[in-house]
Amino acid sequence: MGQLDGKVAIITGAAQGMGEAHTRRFVAEGAKVVMADLNEGDGERIAKELGDAAVFVKSDVTSVGDWRTLVETAESQFGNVTVLVNNAGIIGPIAETVELDEEDFHTVCLVNQYSQFYGMKAVIPSMQRAGGGSIINVSSVAGLVSIVGAPNLAYVGSKFASRGMTKHVATQYGKDNIRCNSVHPGYIKTPMMAAATDEEGGGITSQIPLGRMADPDEVAQLMVWLASDSSSYVSGTEQVIDAGLTAQ
Amino acid sequence: MGRLKDKVAIVTGAGSGIGAATARRFHEEGAKVVLADVSGAQEVLAKELGEGALSVDTDVTKSESVQAMIAAAVETFGRLDVLYNNAGIDGELHPVAEMPEEAWDQVQAINLRGVFLGIRYAIPEMLKTGGGSIINTASMAATVAFPSMSSYCAAKGGVIMLTKTAAAEYAAQGIRVNAISPGTIQTAITTHLPADMINAIIERNPVGRIADASEVASLAVFLASDESAFITGADHLIDGGYTLL
Repeated sequence: MGQLDGKVAIITGAAQGMGEAHTRRFVAEGAKVVMADLNEGDGERIAKELGDAAVFVKSDVTSVGDWRTLVETAESQFGNVTVLVNNAGIIGPIAETVELDEEDFHTVCLVNQYSQFYGMKAVIPSMQRAGGGSIINVSSVAGLVSIVGAPNLAYVGSKFASRGMTKHVATQYGKDNIRCNSVHPGYIKTPMMAAATDEEGGGITSQIPLGRMADPDEVAQLMVWLASDSSSYVSGTEQVIDAGLTAQ
Repeated sequence: MGRLKDKVAIVTGAGSGIGAATARRFHEEGAKVVLADVSGAQEVLAKELGEGALSVDTDVTKSESVQAMIAAAVETFGRLDVLYNNAGIDGELHPVAEMPEEAWDQVQAINLRGVFLGIRYAIPEMLKTGGGSIINTASMAATVAFPSMSSYCAAKGGVIMLTKTAAAEYAAQGIRVNAISPGTIQTAITTHLPADMINAIIERNPVGRIADASEVASLAVFLASDESAFITGADHLIDGGYTLL
């Protein structure tokens, strides 16, 4: 018996890192998953490996049209969408504010923030038809505090925005039994983190009370809980998974 | 089932409400459970759960009583992996300028000092086995004010910072410490509070209902289990969105 039996999920950024870990966990727990990513090679490979429970759709999360296709695919293949994991995100350049290019600012906000709005707008009607659902927006510890070493202002700003949009949606759609929560990962071992740091955490781990970075699968287990009916009274919250980084 | 297999857990306030629901769930998930309460009501549940459940009469405001509770867990089940500091009361309702000092002290003693004592004496046992998970019941009253409940709100706010400090101090040694902040849950406390107060809270709630204690128990199972290995020092609201508005 899976914790997500009968759930239909859309997971963005599903071809690598945390999105891949969430996809694998969700399928293992009985969910049907529509995987969204720009990375077609890895996305198709993972979907094939997972069999009938997963379908990959090459998608740009900043495209409203692609969101329409994602929801149509989910509904035609599996039924109404009951879980949305807005996981896709980028870091952008490592730049001080006075050096941050306006175009780069716009791109980071489009991918990290606007995409979550587009996703929620596209998916909520499907959840209403289903009688409810769980939306999980991936923010960051950088959506709680401006962490030392944050790459740029756009990253911090977009992650704060994700947290705010989450609360707004939670208050509006609670009446439809739609829950909405934000997740705030600390340092997780992902390809994105590897690209942003030059080591296996060396200098970073000394700042983390637990003394280590996390495996993406540790975040995936939190996602399973938020997606499942076990968290039925949890909405509008910030789920911090950072080994105490921001508790200090 | 079996998400807490082989773990030894203590739940305080296990005689009713969230504590009773959690003790039941912990036991279902394979944990050995010590049910601690001052009321005696935990004995009935411990008997019902049978093997792997132990009832202990505990006053969380008394150091020797808390130490005896922890000793009972280790003597009976061999170790301590999980402590859920859940015991709490609402206390007398008065505006702060009219709050009797004894009424203030009583709430502080149970809701904050009790949590401190639990942490204080659980950590040495957990260090012996390489770590553990401590869960403390805070409240949405740590985030927003409830008039006439100054001591309750202050104690619950204190629980959150106690949680974060203990988490920062002992993370490197494998001990995780998290808070659960329930909203309005169907328990003895909500039955005790004035009905119009509870109805007004429900009316304001985005999800539009009060929660069952078992919904909090589900969160406690997750935080007690190894599934939440990277989560520490965090406050986990479970309020149906009440504090958003």
